[in-house]
Amino acid sequence: MTNLSTTEQPFVAAFDAARPGLPGAGLGWLAALRDTGIARFKALGLPTPKLEAWKYTRLRPLEDTRYRPVTDADGRATVDLVPSILAAGKDRPRLVFVNGRLNEQLSNRRGLPTGVRVQCLRDALAADAGWVEKHLAGIGKADSQSLLALNTAMMDSGLVFRVERGVVVEQPIEAVFIGGLTAHPVAYFPRNLIVIEDGAQATLVTHHAGAGVGAYLANAVTEVEVGRGAKLRHYRVQAESRDATHLTTTHVRVGRDASYENFTLAIGGRLSRNEISVRMEGEGGHCSVNGAYLMRGREHCDNTTLIEHLVPRTTCREVFKGVLDDESRAVFQGRIVVHKDAQKTDGHQLCKALLLSTGAEIDAKPELEIYADDVKCSHGATTGQLDETALFYLRSRGVPEALARNLLVQSFLGEALDEITSDEVRQALTDKIVHALPAVCYLAEEWKTG
Amino acid sequence: MAKKIPMLEIKNLHVSVGGKEILKGLDLSVGTGEIHAIMGPNGSGKSTLSHVIAGRQGYEITGGRIVYKGEDLTGMEPEVRAAKGIFLAFQYPVEIPGVANTTFLKEAINAIRRYRGEPELDAMQFLKLMRQKTKDLGISEDMLKRAVNVGFSGGEKKRNEILQMAILNPTLAVLDETDSGLDIDALKIVAAGVNSLRSPERSTLIITHYQRLLDYIVPDQVHVLANGRIQRSGGKELALELEKKGYAEFGEAAA
Repeated sequence: MTNLSTTEQPFVAAFDAARPGLPGAGLGWLAALRDTGIARFKALGLPTPKLEAWKYTRLRPLEDTRYRPVTDADGRATVDLVPSILAAGKDRPRLVFVNGRLNEQLSNRRGLPTGVRVQCLRDALAADAGWVEKHLAGIGKADSQSLLALNTAMMDSGLVFRVERGVVVEQPIEAVFIGGLTAHPVAYFPRNLIVIEDGAQATLVTHHAGAGVGAYLANAVTEVEVGRGAKLRHYRVQAESRDATHLTTTHVRVGRDASYENFTLAIGGRLSRNEISVRMEGEGGHCSVNGAYLMRGREHCDNTTLIEHLVPRTTCREVFKGVLDDESRAVFQGRIVVHKDAQKTDGHQLCKALLLSTGAEIDAKPELEIYADDVKCSHGATTGQLDETALFYLRSRGVPEALARNLLVQSFLGEALDEITSDEVRQALTDKIVHALPAVCYLAEEWKTG
Repeated sequence: MAKKIPMLEIKNLHVSVGGKEILKGLDLSVGTGEIHAIMGPNGSGKSTLSHVIAGRQGYEITGGRIVYKGEDLTGMEPEVRAAKGIFLAFQYPVEIPGVANTTFLKEAINAIRRYRGEPELDAMQFLKLMRQKTKDLGISEDMLKRAVNVGFSGGEKKRNEILQMAILNPTLAVLDETDSGLDIDALKIVAAGVNSLRSPERSTLIITHYQRLLDYIVPDQVHVLANGRIQRSGGKELALELEKKGYAEFGEAAA
């Protein structure tokens, strides 16, 4: 066991204090799971840049900020307007979490098809603990991930999304997570469980939005199981406030002839890490893990992915594109592993970044690890600046420079957004990017002199 | 009566790109409603001239000046020049994936209208204008929906330039090697587009290496640019002479 630092000790102390009030307190198997979690966390400590997987991302906010665990009272904070990605979002089925707690008043379950369960972890444990036990921590069990271990100990809420065998849900379903509405920095530990049973199909949008100005830490774990012949489109929008730390670890299992599509759009957050591990466990399976990010100020955005091909004839596609302004920083670590038996694997990975200022930086580490001999795999990584010729072209047509820059940024990110197969979500995310771009001043006076 | 101000008056213009002097004392005067052709060998400074008129960064004016409708253009942003009526048709139009041609044109025309203090066009007015212009130029509306120049053939790209010109309605149009890379049919279509935009209020500067475009767009004056200066000026017959004799007499081999 390592000696815990002053950064780690408060989390352990918080666990001891919060334990009696955590969901499923009376369940023996869950208590055992939490014990394992805290023991692993104590053994591992928080990740530091000394670890290869954390070389480029330092958890500085955890060093300089003292967070307290959220309470049910924090979940009752007033929300004036729930930001929705989807059009007419409030009239469609959605769950709304405020400061990490489900808010029933803001949520809407009307119109949910039969065979679809959308609830928070606490309710799922109360309603069907046996089912939760069967799936929880079964998918995400990487012993080396200390953030996952800490979440396993502390898991205090989260989204449980289950689509029963053969049920096809056409409409995207949204889960909104609103943070930043507390006076003091808080931490919460959502544990999301997504099970798409054999032959089922669904589209899930999770929207992480900072509404206030308070600092907060979300250490989330999402476990996803896509059954035989099932299909899940899993879209995430990270629009956290500038003092937010958003750490998310996702583990996915993709079954035979199943398809998993993930897209993460990151447009805000002081520090974010989106770590995804996908296991291709059944022949004929496909996954795509994509993302786009737009960072400014001193924001830091880390996308770390691992796709493992374990059986023959599976495919993967990975496209990440990002734009970095000011002194922002991005990390891309993309690893595709083709195991010995995974013949006929078809994998493609692309990572491109656009640096808008000399202070911006990206560290990109694309990796292919291939142990089979009959595979098709490719990868590429590029970093560049705005194309001066394109900028001049637009300006020579009368488009002011600031708007021309925005159009080129939009154009650059568009290639990643093209990977989104849901037309509605692609359009919604495009609009989100347009709104996230710097405002353009149209006053003739100002751009005449500018 | 005051002397009529020319559309474009360039006096003793010296321009350096990357520290190398390309234009070395160029003089040129284009009257309102006139079409002038600038011909010259490769590397003579033709494209530099077109870019410096449009205001491209990195083209440093080290001497002389460019006066447009009586106003010195030095230091003026490219978008302001566009708003004041200068248009450059690019030799190599730029591809912009993910931005629809219509979006681009709407942003452009409304930016210019805002600058001029005119009301912006709404979606319907803009659509109407586009329909009219595409029809006039024989351009398929399909081209408007596609991303700017992406997947366009050489001819389509040049036609798209002419469409932009028709929509933005400039008073000074500079066509930079618009004929390059076009087969004869595409050339005729582009030339017809340019001719349809002929107007007593509009001046056009055609920059070209070859005479063939001038078979279809007849210039009022032809200038030979070599070694960074106008070496000779004359009527349209000068183009024919150059076609026969090449640029050898101006100290450079014909390409």
